[in-house]
Amino acid sequence: MSSHTASETKKSLKQDLFEHPDFYALDDLLTEEHKLIRSSVRDFVKRNISPYIEDWAQRAHFPYEIVRKFGEIGAFGPTLPEEYGCGGLDYISYGLIMQEIERGDSGMRSTASVQGSLVMYPIYKFGNEQQRKKYLPKLASGEWLGCFGLTEPDHGSNPSGMVTHFKDMGDHFLLNGAKMWISNSPKADVAVVWAKNEAGRIQGLIVERGMEGFSTPETHGKWSLRASTTGELVFDNVKVPKENLLTGKDGLGAPMMCLDSARYGIAWGAIGAAMDCYESARRYAAERIQFGKPIASFQLVQKKLAEMLSEITKAQLLNWRLGVLMNEGKATTPQISLAKRNNVHVALEIAREARQIHGGMGITGEYPIMRHMMNLESVVTYEGTHDIHLLILGNKITGIPAFV
Amino acid sequence: MKILVCITHVPDTTSKINFTDNNTRFDTTGVQFIIGPYDDYALARAIELKEAGGASVTVLNVGLADTEPTIRKALAIGADDAIRVNADPTDSFFVGAQIAEQVKAGGYDLILMGRESIDYNSGVVHGIVGELLGIPSISPVMKLEFEGTKAKLAREIEGGKEYLEVSLPFVAGCQEPIAEWKIPNMRGIMSARTKPLKVVEPVAVDSGVQLQKFELPPAKGSVKMVSADNVAELVTLLKNEAKVL
Ligand SMILES: Cc1cc2nc3c(=O)[nH]c(=O)nc-3n(C[C@H](O)[C@H](O)[C@H](O)COP(=O)(O)OP(=O)(O)OC[C@H]3O[C@@H](n4cnc5c(N)ncnc54)[C@H](O)[C@@H]3O)c2cc1C
Repeated sequence: MSSHTASETKKSLKQDLFEHPDFYALDDLLTEEHKLIRSSVRDFVKRNISPYIEDWAQRAHFPYEIVRKFGEIGAFGPTLPEEYGCGGLDYISYGLIMQEIERGDSGMRSTASVQGSLVMYPIYKFGNEQQRKKYLPKLASGEWLGCFGLTEPDHGSNPSGMVTHFKDMGDHFLLNGAKMWISNSPKADVAVVWAKNEAGRIQGLIVERGMEGFSTPETHGKWSLRASTTGELVFDNVKVPKENLLTGKDGLGAPMMCLDSARYGIAWGAIGAAMDCYESARRYAAERIQFGKPIASFQLVQKKLAEMLSEITKAQLLNWRLGVLMNEGKATTPQISLAKRNNVHVALEIAREARQIHGGMGITGEYPIMRHMMNLESVVTYEGTHDIHLLILGNKITGIPAFV
Repeated sequence: MKILVCITHVPDTTSKINFTDNNTRFDTTGVQFIIGPYDDYALARAIELKEAGGASVTVLNVGLADTEPTIRKALAIGADDAIRVNADPTDSFFVGAQIAEQVKAGGYDLILMGRESIDYNSGVVHGIVGELLGIPSISPVMKLEFEGTKAKLAREIEGGKEYLEVSLPFVAGCQEPIAEWKIPNMRGIMSARTKPLKVVEPVAVDSGVQLQKFELPPAKGSVKMVSADNVAELVTLLKNEAKVL
């Protein structure tokens, strides 16, 4: 590990010139308030993320101070009610916030969407008033960082097979097991953990740092989401107070509801990363001269740019429509699956093509491309892999589940 | 302390500038409008003074209804309320007279604005307001601190800085580093929805200025690179092509 500290972060002198492509004038479908939200988060990213992100990612440094800053701007749980210190915004706003943060970096967006959709959302949705009051304001402000423990070493795509479990000991629960690949875990103050009760039903528990037998070892050596911290959650006879059980809903459907909200944010976020790659490639192609001409004048480069813009535009439309359905409370899990899978897939393809347009420069930290590309390799796997979303859609189309 | 921050609604610094109507009107198609960058500094300092306690912040814009999103942004940043003087801001004197009228009506102690707007860049509105009200106007102000009711200012002057002590009320044209621009947060954007934005009609002013036409600056010439050890070529080019020798 590097011995650098946060204060030694190298500031990039390169100006972040990002402007989003809007080929189908989708901005006309947004309110002035939506546009203000987007430009505010974009300014936030240009000030607090873009100048530093290359350095953080290169040295696999999680900038903990960003948590408070996300809290200040209101990036944590923006759709939850104001009475808990949240934004009370609609889902288009939430999407735009995720889009702009991921335009900066998928790892930074992961920090924000885990906190909002996977920690605050279940506490709001399945928690009681006492739990909401205790946790939500501190999570919204960034005073506390949270994580979400569903995946286990032997249970990734098949979370229902989980072995983490808890026992009712009368005055407390006794929690045992382990979770793996948990975003934010090494620095988290609270973890929403999914475990089986004695009847084998999955339930959510709020586990706090400092509880005896609870540890969060960091996972090192990632080539992706390097500015986001990932780790395990280990429960060795952890005594969890009874008031920390989320009683609002049990069964796998509870964590799946959280994932719907997070996946929706990812559908927008991935297109943020894609737009950054496209814009960088467009500018580079206009400036880079080969054979006496800007490379943008070659048909093969134009084809790449035209295809990128086509996919970005289609994905923007998908996001906007899905956002409207979310606002109306009508969006379904398969609809969200389609958008998550499609948008992450096209973002990854766009990052790869953009990398080629940048030639050798595309593999350096001078441009955001390689970082986005490597980040998106996680995004295509987490929150339901690319193929698992096909199975969710296949099940919807045929009525036949093909998971097992 | 009642602070009035006057903000302009100006094209984003990266906008492409075009004119219509026989070069007599600025073409706003496709142009993004923002709070004037210098006004943004003034607003940021006003909000800091408010946060330190004991100040209220009103923003004012002289403009037609299309400036309201810009005004809402200022409310989202933290101003308490807003006034829009419903008129096209045709020239500096007209705008200065409207501001002076609102200062009289509202009894403001401190009037902040940018050192200049970034569309017409005249940089005279603060002086006009001060003159019309018979109070001091200082610009460009880079630092503004309070000790009781006395303000301590630093002003940029040719080749140096000037330190001043001024008592309220006064007008200041601001520039960096008076404060760092503020980015609205989500709660601010939500609360801006319901903050009061009062629309008032302008007072009649005899404008001495009439716009004749706009003209774009000549396009930038291309650049010729001359190698450092080829002075003879440079001299020839300066003589024959640039014709400056
Ligand atoms: C950086 C990062 C951060 C993460 N953060 C979190 C977090 O915060 N919280 C959390 O709980 N989890 C988190 N995850 C875990 C993530 O959700 C899982 O990695 C994901 O669900 C896949 O599980 P797995 O890695 O065990 O792969 P597996 O499930 O083993 O899948 C391996 C391959 O097999 C395929 N496959 C599996 N089952 C089937 C099937 N039935 N039919 C066809 N193909 C199948 C998959 O599509 C995949 O291609 C994170 C992962 C990463 C990489």
